[in-house]
Amino acid sequence: MEPIMAIVVGLLYAAAIYMMLRRSIVKLVIGLMLISNAANLLIFTSAGMTRGGPPLIPEGAVLPEGVIADPLPQALILTAIVIAFGVLAFAVVLIHRAYNILRTDNLDQMKDTDT
Amino acid sequence: MSLEVALPIIIPLMTGTLCVMLWRYNVIQRVLSLLGSLALLGVSIWLLISVIDQGHVVMYMGNWVAPFGITLVADMLSAIMVVLTGMMAVAIAIFSLSSASPSHERFGYYPLMHLLLAGVAGSFLTGDIFNLYVWFEVMLIASFALLILGGERAQMEGAVKYVTLNLLSSAIFLSAIGLLYGITGTLNMADIAVKLGAAENTGMVDVIAVMFMVAFGIKAAAFPLFFWLPASYHTGPVAVSALFAGLLTKVGVYALFRVFTLIFNQNVDFTHELLLWMAALTMLTGVLGAAAQFEFRRILSFHIVSQIGYMILGLALFTPLAIIGGVFYIMHHIIVKTNLFLISGITHRLLGCYDLKKLGGIYKARPFLSILFLIPALSLAGIPPLSGFFAKFIIIRSGVEASAWVVTGIALLVGLLTLYSMIKIWSEVFWKKLPKGQDDTALTAGKTPSSLVILYIPVVLLALCTLYIGLNGQPIYDLAEFSARQLLNPQAYIDAVLGGGS
Repeated sequence: MEPIMAIVVGLLYAAAIYMMLRRSIVKLVIGLMLISNAANLLIFTSAGMTRGGPPLIPEGAVLPEGVIADPLPQALILTAIVIAFGVLAFAVVLIHRAYNILRTDNLDQMKDTDT
Repeated sequence: MSLEVALPIIIPLMTGTLCVMLWRYNVIQRVLSLLGSLALLGVSIWLLISVIDQGHVVMYMGNWVAPFGITLVADMLSAIMVVLTGMMAVAIAIFSLSSASPSHERFGYYPLMHLLLAGVAGSFLTGDIFNLYVWFEVMLIASFALLILGGERAQMEGAVKYVTLNLLSSAIFLSAIGLLYGITGTLNMADIAVKLGAAENTGMVDVIAVMFMVAFGIKAAAFPLFFWLPASYHTGPVAVSALFAGLLTKVGVYALFRVFTLIFNQNVDFTHELLLWMAALTMLTGVLGAAAQFEFRRILSFHIVSQIGYMILGLALFTPLAIIGGVFYIMHHIIVKTNLFLISGITHRLLGCYDLKKLGGIYKARPFLSILFLIPALSLAGIPPLSGFFAKFIIIRSGVEASAWVVTGIALLVGLLTLYSMIKIWSEVFWKKLPKGQDDTALTAGKTPSSLVILYIPVVLLALCTLYIGLNGQPIYDLAEFSARQLLNPQAYIDAVLGGGS
């Protein structure tokens, strides 16, 4: 499972970087969405994937039996998803406002503050 | 229970929440904001005193003993940074009394400001790497909203760059945390340091170290990904620019100091050599960028970049004296840079623009303001006996002692070029005659209106701090030395955090 996930994560990063390098601000935001999801999947993969081992302790026991999945990465990913959702909601509103004010979606025409 | 570690986070959050509840009452929000900032300064001094007493102050959230719960840790560096946060909060709160326009206040200026302060204080105090990410995001989302208050054309352009680069940095940071968790299986920074000391896969550790370097380097506006800063900082309301200039990039520098002294100290030859060249190029590009500019706040923004280089240089040399220099530099820089931005706000109030070519004649009309500008400006350039001289002197001396000749030479040259930029501002804004056709009614009005006097208060206070550090630097040097001792002895930090519950 890990090799497939590694390839998926790599593809997501590549797609995200490609989208961020495009001129359109909409594609830029799509790139940001992809890269945050790629990071989440990376946490999921690198923390180790365990099938069929829910982190539960049987009734009466003190320790769980056998190999169990680590629940912490899932909590991290959940937190990161929520944060990314909030931030991206802001980014979407920002590009909408930016488009309304600047009347362009081309990043090449947003250089007034650079000179 | 060490309540003083949690209070610098709780107080701004509470102040911000109260400001949201009183959304419609601008005057009450202003007063609340000032009171909240004063309270923040108060508890941060309390924290500093207990850190001087105990060395490390640790608090386990919900009493989950490390490494399982989230731990708040204050060592000397954190405490110094939190005190500076409190000082800047007070200065900005006073300045905002007069500078914040009602349209900004209507869209949540004060709640956002305090949310930002909570994020900054949280980043300084957390002992958990994922929690650090969360505080970074808290700080970022507040700064995004503050930056675009007003919704002008330049602000939109600046914000697109600011948001993109900072989100990219967050994604890299998050990925690095994921990989680090894969190796160590823990998030507590002290525990990570212990586990990495025993890790076998050192190649992977180096990769993760570089990812952290890139992520924090973007936040700190270090070379090569610094360009979001001069593209965005000069677009926001001036009090916001001043707060960002003082605090936000320094959070990135703080994170670099924390991570590259505590966690990634196994392969110093590789990581700190990289940091060294990053520092040198940051100094150089920043100061050369500033030389080409003719907009007051843009020049100052580029100088933030070049000064960040000095701080990273202190970390990169990694000798006790260099770390002292780095910490000293951070203290000096936060005060001076915020002050310069505030002064640019006053000149804007007087003459209505930031363009050097359209400004002028301030020395003749307002000599007191001109002297107030000279104190931080000459301090930034490193003229004795002001604070910047001692900060630069310590760093350059440590560079000479470490025989890092090229980097030391660059640091000296950059000091000279900084002086050039400051002289440029002085001669254009203060010394030369006001160009014809400029409205000078606010400038030459005989009596100073009270709204202007309020703007002067924080500038005078910060200038006095600069003078104090310059004329009586020993106590400040002692604090920096204390923190350098702690930073170079991570075992004490680890023992304090993992040493069990209180």
